[in-house]
Amino acid sequence: MEYLVNYYDKLLGAAAEHLQIVLVSMALSLAAAMILTVLCDMVPLISGVMLGFLSVVYSVPSLAMLAVLIPVTGLGRTTAIIVLIIYNQYLLLRNFLAGLDGVDGGVVEAAAGLGMSPFQILVKIKFPLSKRAMIAGIRIALVSTVSIATIAASINAGGLGTILFDGLRTMNASKILWGSILSALLAILLDWILGVAEKRQKSYSL
Amino acid sequence: MGHAIEFQDVTKTFRGAGRPAADHVDFVVEKGEFITILGSSGCGKTTLLKMVNRLYEPDSGKITLFGTDISTMDVVKVRRGIGYVIQQIGLFPHFTVGENIAVVPKLLKWEKEETDARVEELMNLIGLEPEEYKNRYPAQLSGGQQQRVGLARALAADPKILLMDEPFGAIDSITRMKLQDELVALHGGMGKTILFVTHDIEEALKMGTRVMIMNDGRIVQFDAPENIIRNPADGFVKSLVESAKAKEQFWERFQ
Ligand SMILES: Nc1ncnc2c1ncn2[C@@H]1O[C@H](COP(=O)(O)OP(=O)(O)OP(=O)(O)O)[C@@H](O)[C@H]1O
Ligand SMILES: [Mg+2]
Repeated sequence: MEYLVNYYDKLLGAAAEHLQIVLVSMALSLAAAMILTVLCDMVPLISGVMLGFLSVVYSVPSLAMLAVLIPVTGLGRTTAIIVLIIYNQYLLLRNFLAGLDGVDGGVVEAAAGLGMSPFQILVKIKFPLSKRAMIAGIRIALVSTVSIATIAASINAGGLGTILFDGLRTMNASKILWGSILSALLAILLDWILGVAEKRQKSYSL
Repeated sequence: MGHAIEFQDVTKTFRGAGRPAADHVDFVVEKGEFITILGSSGCGKTTLLKMVNRLYEPDSGKITLFGTDISTMDVVKVRRGIGYVIQQIGLFPHFTVGENIAVVPKLLKWEKEETDARVEELMNLIGLEPEEYKNRYPAQLSGGQQQRVGLARALAADPKILLMDEPFGAIDSITRMKLQDELVALHGGMGKTILFVTHDIEEALKMGTRVMIMNDGRIVQFDAPENIIRNPADGFVKSLVESAKAKEQFWERFQ
């Protein structure tokens, strides 16, 4: 508690930095995942290969991933954000594709039969009808991003990880504690916001 | 111009299937014909329809529409010119009734007023009061009402060819009769070419200018209704006709 009172500005600063890293990574991750999703939908053959590849990448430990990237992109926030984006691709693409797959085949076939192009079917039919599944995937990626982002501090990218690593180095329990609590709170808060968004989507079951 | 629809020795076998769903299918349909298609479940009726709008591609053989080989045409354009009522209805659950019906006119970039007027006209035709039903979602309709919206959606852009896969399956017999009459009138007035799949032999005989009877992926008889009744081509057709006659006798018992 004492630590919180004395250093709340430092904690808040770290939390704000953390939030920033998370939001930037999420925005870029979503953009990348959407592109991959469109690709996989247009060329179904590549989706299996792509998911397989991403799942292997996903299983690489984050410190190892950082180590691989540092020689290329250096220390700092950019590298951290790239790592987060890479990890998210597996979570997002998997859930997005599962959502698209869940759309009623009769509806998709009707759309094709009436003369919608594959892209129109994706944008007008499949995406709107899988919004809930997609938001569910985004929630998982978001929580994972908040937690993995703490690692970013190990390469001087800032965020709540800075406090955690400081605490570990100096064996300061309150720093470890507050770093963890804030990171968890951030994850819960962001997840809750998306949870509300998810519930607001109508489910269109017939 | 050529025949409206022509199949030349078309065969289609699904992967893993023991026998073809379409087995050397060969026929010609002229412009303005109303073809009803009969046959037991799994005999290949839906497969045949879906090859016309290229939802399925045949393994061999050739399909032409008005003389043009459809495999050489842009698939999206082919489909926009063909009305399609799918067996599973397949309304878009996130579109209102009005939006569902307006799909093809919108794809064809009609003016908004024209599209709106067309939606109203079709809703009246299928017996759904526009005021009341236009802004409902499909989930707020009964099964038969959904099916009627599916019919309106297929008719919207006034296609020259209509493919209808059991369009009246879930509709009560009174509404069904009315829709049958309207479809026949519509067909007569507009010179449309229709392929109409049904399990109801009376419906097939009543509506079709010719009736196509399928069994195991093959066409066993393709002829005018009266010829089907008088000269059934084989035992299968005979049993179909007899089942209809048996039904009639059932009614006579009550007179
Ligand atoms: N997409 C598909 N993949 C594999 N097999 C299929 C597919 N569609 C149909 N079949 C098979 O092809 C055969 C013909 O099916 P089709 O749907 O054309 O029958 P149908 O005459 O329309 O039957 P029903 O009256 O029950 O609708 C069936 O044996 C079916 O199992
Ligand atoms: Mg069928």
